[in-house]
Amino acid sequence: MRLTTLVSRELFERRRQLLTSFLAVFLGITAIVAIRNVTFFSEKAVARELDALGANVLILPKSVTVQDYFQADLHGAQIPEEYVTRLVLSDLQGLDNLSPKLSVPVEIQGHEVVLTGILPKAEFQAKAMWKGAGIFARPSGCGDVEGGGWLAPAPIQETLVRRRVVEDLAADEALVGADLAGLLGVVEGDTLQALGRGFRVIATLPETGTVDDARVFAHLHTVQELTASGSVVNAIEVVGCCSQISQGLVARINSLLPDAKVVTITQVVETQIRTNEMMARLSLIFLVIIVLVAGASIANYMYGNVDERRREIGTLMALGADSFLVVRVFLLKALVMGLAGGIGGALLGTALAVVLGPRLARVPVLPMPGLMLSAIGIAVVIALVASSLPARRAAGLDPHQTLQEI
Amino acid sequence: MLRMESVTHQFPHRRSTVRALDNVSAEIPPGDFTAVVGPSGSGKSTLLLSLGGMLRPTSGAVYWNGDRVYDLAPNARARLRRKTVGFLFQTFNLVPYLTAEENVQVPLFLAGAAVSLQRSRARELLSRVGLGDRIDHKPSELSIGQQQRVALARVLSNDPQVILADEPTGNLDPKTGGEVISFLEELNREGRTIVMVTHDPRAAERATRRLVLEEGRIRE
Repeated sequence: MRLTTLVSRELFERRRQLLTSFLAVFLGITAIVAIRNVTFFSEKAVARELDALGANVLILPKSVTVQDYFQADLHGAQIPEEYVTRLVLSDLQGLDNLSPKLSVPVEIQGHEVVLTGILPKAEFQAKAMWKGAGIFARPSGCGDVEGGGWLAPAPIQETLVRRRVVEDLAADEALVGADLAGLLGVVEGDTLQALGRGFRVIATLPETGTVDDARVFAHLHTVQELTASGSVVNAIEVVGCCSQISQGLVARINSLLPDAKVVTITQVVETQIRTNEMMARLSLIFLVIIVLVAGASIANYMYGNVDERRREIGTLMALGADSFLVVRVFLLKALVMGLAGGIGGALLGTALAVVLGPRLARVPVLPMPGLMLSAIGIAVVIALVASSLPARRAAGLDPHQTLQEI
Repeated sequence: MLRMESVTHQFPHRRSTVRALDNVSAEIPPGDFTAVVGPSGSGKSTLLLSLGGMLRPTSGAVYWNGDRVYDLAPNARARLRRKTVGFLFQTFNLVPYLTAEENVQVPLFLAGAAVSLQRSRARELLSRVGLGDRIDHKPSELSIGQQQRVALARVLSNDPQVILADEPTGNLDPKTGGEVISFLEELNREGRTIVMVTHDPRAAERATRRLVLEEGRIRE
């Protein structure tokens, strides 16, 4: 005979009586795990989608109104290029890529096209190194979903366009958009004449479906020099980490650059924030419900169980059981209930999330061992806390009274 | 030796006070077989529970081998009880969801005995009371007499020097009751002290000494 024998025999003998309490824990944990699991991967998927849009934050002159997100740099207003340095040297988290742009209309082979000056990434990295920090170090988990291989990284060609940044670009080199390359009949290695200077085409870009397809990209400083604009840009495109945008990246950039306008893909971010908040609230509501319902159910069952076993408790005390042992009997029973409900709920909740997640939320969902362990922990804590008062009541029973009730 | 010194136990009942024991003093020498008799409500069970360290008297003292039992904290009394005293109840008080063998193991488990020792001792005792072939039976699967014999085996599992029996034959037919008293006589011959509360005159006659309680007082 062990304590576990005593508890398991009683549990098995009276299993029907604890069915309600077990179901309260089991179903509550199932709901929490399923919702949290789907929510987690839904957040990741939204973050990744937003990330895939490329630049999701624009820094513009205050006077500019954004009519078209993808043509936001096509205006006459300017901001200092020095803003780029401020961003690079700041301690802002979640700045994934920066792309300052200065766009000017030019004529090439008789066609009116837009020449856009961009700054190659090598120059940012040099600036970042002054401070000894890698501002472009992508935060862990930023928009990435680990495991499964279902969400493989985008191809390099696509990333080149999406990131808005090239690694290196010499003063006399140019990149040509897909449509314009077709129109002008240029290929890699050709030379284009613009603003009285020859540019060697080092790449033609893949089609993006945006105005970028009809642009020529050259080094920012070359464009500034040829147009005598000085150290200014029309816009700074920022690829911000989606989760950081949700956590107030835009406001932090605003406070860093008070004379600029910072805009983001508002609707998408707000939708994501609203969805995340709703799911978080739903999880919280379920957590409160499970604590109340399961806790009350277990406490009620345990009080009933103590009353039902008064004679047995009195007998054990007469035979020499001390109050610690009586408490242990009831808390071990609570532990078993919490573990059983928690493990069962975690498994069923995960299974529901994995099976139903792709259908309901249209996102691939993978099991989350950490979430399962947390849910089991919650179930155990609820069961133990709810049983602590009944257990103390059992331990405080007067054996003489329980025996005289016979 | 068990000793009660001027023990009074009273408790409130509605608006009055009931005095279950009234200034009771008694000595029970080692190896004695004492029957406590008296009419219903005379305080017999209260005396037994007080003597067993289960009911703190309103005043007076209870001594086990010269030590005041109620100077100990409840948990310390429980630990002392498991080593020293065995209780035998009128309604047997077996744990309903445990088998006969497991019921007999309970005091050994409480005393922290190894599982193998618990098992061998329980089987030995159940064989001694004639239930060697019923070790896996639950109380509900045993007759009334068999249940009391399981309770007897349980009393003996920790080899207590004192056995306190509250109406041990009260729920038994005369033949089975007689068998239980025979067991108690046998245990007394082994040197154990037995205090038995009983209504049964035939059972009381087989004790070596009788204490008569009337209205909470001892009448020798």
